[in-house]
Amino acid sequence: MTLNLFPFTLALADDALVLGHRLSEWSSRAPSLEEDIALSNLGLDLIGQARLFYQLAAQFEDRGRNEDKLAYFRDAGEFRCIQLVQLPRGDFAFTMARQFVYAAFMHPYFEALQRSKEPRLAEIAAKAVKEMAYHVRHAAEWVIRLGDGTEESRRRMIAGLAEVWPSTHELFEMDAAEQALATAGVAPDRAALRSAWEATMARVLREATLERPAGGAKHSGGRQGNHTPHLAPMLADMQSLARTMPDARW
Amino acid sequence: MKNPTRTGEPGAAPSEPLLGTPVAHPQPAPARGGSPSRNATLARAIEIAATVPDPEIPAVTIADLGILRGVTLDGGSIVVQLTPTYTGCPAVLAIELAVEAALREAGFADVRIERVLSPAWSTDEITPAGREKLREYGIAPPVRRGTKGARLFASETVACPRCGSTHTSRISEFGSTACKALWRCEACREPFDYFKCL
Repeated sequence: MTLNLFPFTLALADDALVLGHRLSEWSSRAPSLEEDIALSNLGLDLIGQARLFYQLAAQFEDRGRNEDKLAYFRDAGEFRCIQLVQLPRGDFAFTMARQFVYAAFMHPYFEALQRSKEPRLAEIAAKAVKEMAYHVRHAAEWVIRLGDGTEESRRRMIAGLAEVWPSTHELFEMDAAEQALATAGVAPDRAALRSAWEATMARVLREATLERPAGGAKHSGGRQGNHTPHLAPMLADMQSLARTMPDARW
Repeated sequence: MKNPTRTGEPGAAPSEPLLGTPVAHPQPAPARGGSPSRNATLARAIEIAATVPDPEIPAVTIADLGILRGVTLDGGSIVVQLTPTYTGCPAVLAIELAVEAALREAGFADVRIERVLSPAWSTDEITPAGREKLREYGIAPPVRRGTKGARLFASETVACPRCGSTHTSRISEFGSTACKALWRCEACREPFDYFKCL
């Protein structure tokens, strides 16, 4: 199998962009000023990571598309983001539950990607891993604070975790192309990160006096372009300005 | 792309690391086979680039922060290498434009800015002078090695930049910019920014 770095890098960019945009939807709406600023900063980190991955994906594709073309001029069916990042922002507890499961995976993922045989992926990972450490800590603290908080906050965190859980399986899935990249030492083996992720889950949930959500449903398909109904409306909003005024400059 | 001499590394300055010290009198790397006039040109370019202030924390220069990775002469072009702090930092473009503008204003017509990611920037690269300027400005400098930045359940002991007390607490992990957290001094009751380890 020939190794194709474009779809792999594009998927990393799509995950980061879509979740970054979901976080940006909190700007001016978060429950406190501090968290408003925090969520915007988290979103900025993710959008910054997305830009680096899109720029690199554009190099791999080498067909004249730049980061803006990849972010703003592809339709939902062409996106390759996992379903977890597509879900609407929900309430603050849901947002923190999602940030927690996502960052607890991406932190060890970027640690592994730092050792990629493709140096341009490794150098992005070396920056992103440091940012992701703060994302894990921030989200974990909120899972604990809400889980071991009031009756209301606990109820909401339990509901948030239950809602994100079926979509966490896709974090660990790899298609044949990504598997080939993993074998070649270019991509991390997602399945191998399961134990690190489970350990973080166990430690934080114990602290939060919460049960690990029960298994059951598994939602996936984003990598194949099978998306939740939430992605297209989000993209329509995100892409509207760029499409109304193509190639506009500040 | 040529591999420009990184200031502060062996083979760069004859004596001490250029960007690890106050940059009032920078000493350029003598270009191999470079003429005295080329060396003087480079020295001037370095001085101008190094003294560009950070747009969000104007008390420190980009050299103080360690984000100026190198200034070299490539033919007739001044090549400035900059590295971002956080990947999404909105100041990255502003800093690049400011460096370019400062050099053009000083008469350098041909300026090229290169963005380098590797090695990833760390708060360890903030110079001792930069740390002191941050403190004077009211921002507590990073307390630890960047590699030990955010550990789950870890807590830092951060000294208040105003009264020096370590009886302080974190209000929020994310402050007014990506690089800062919001803290409060329990002794003097003042809130303050903390420059997070990265």
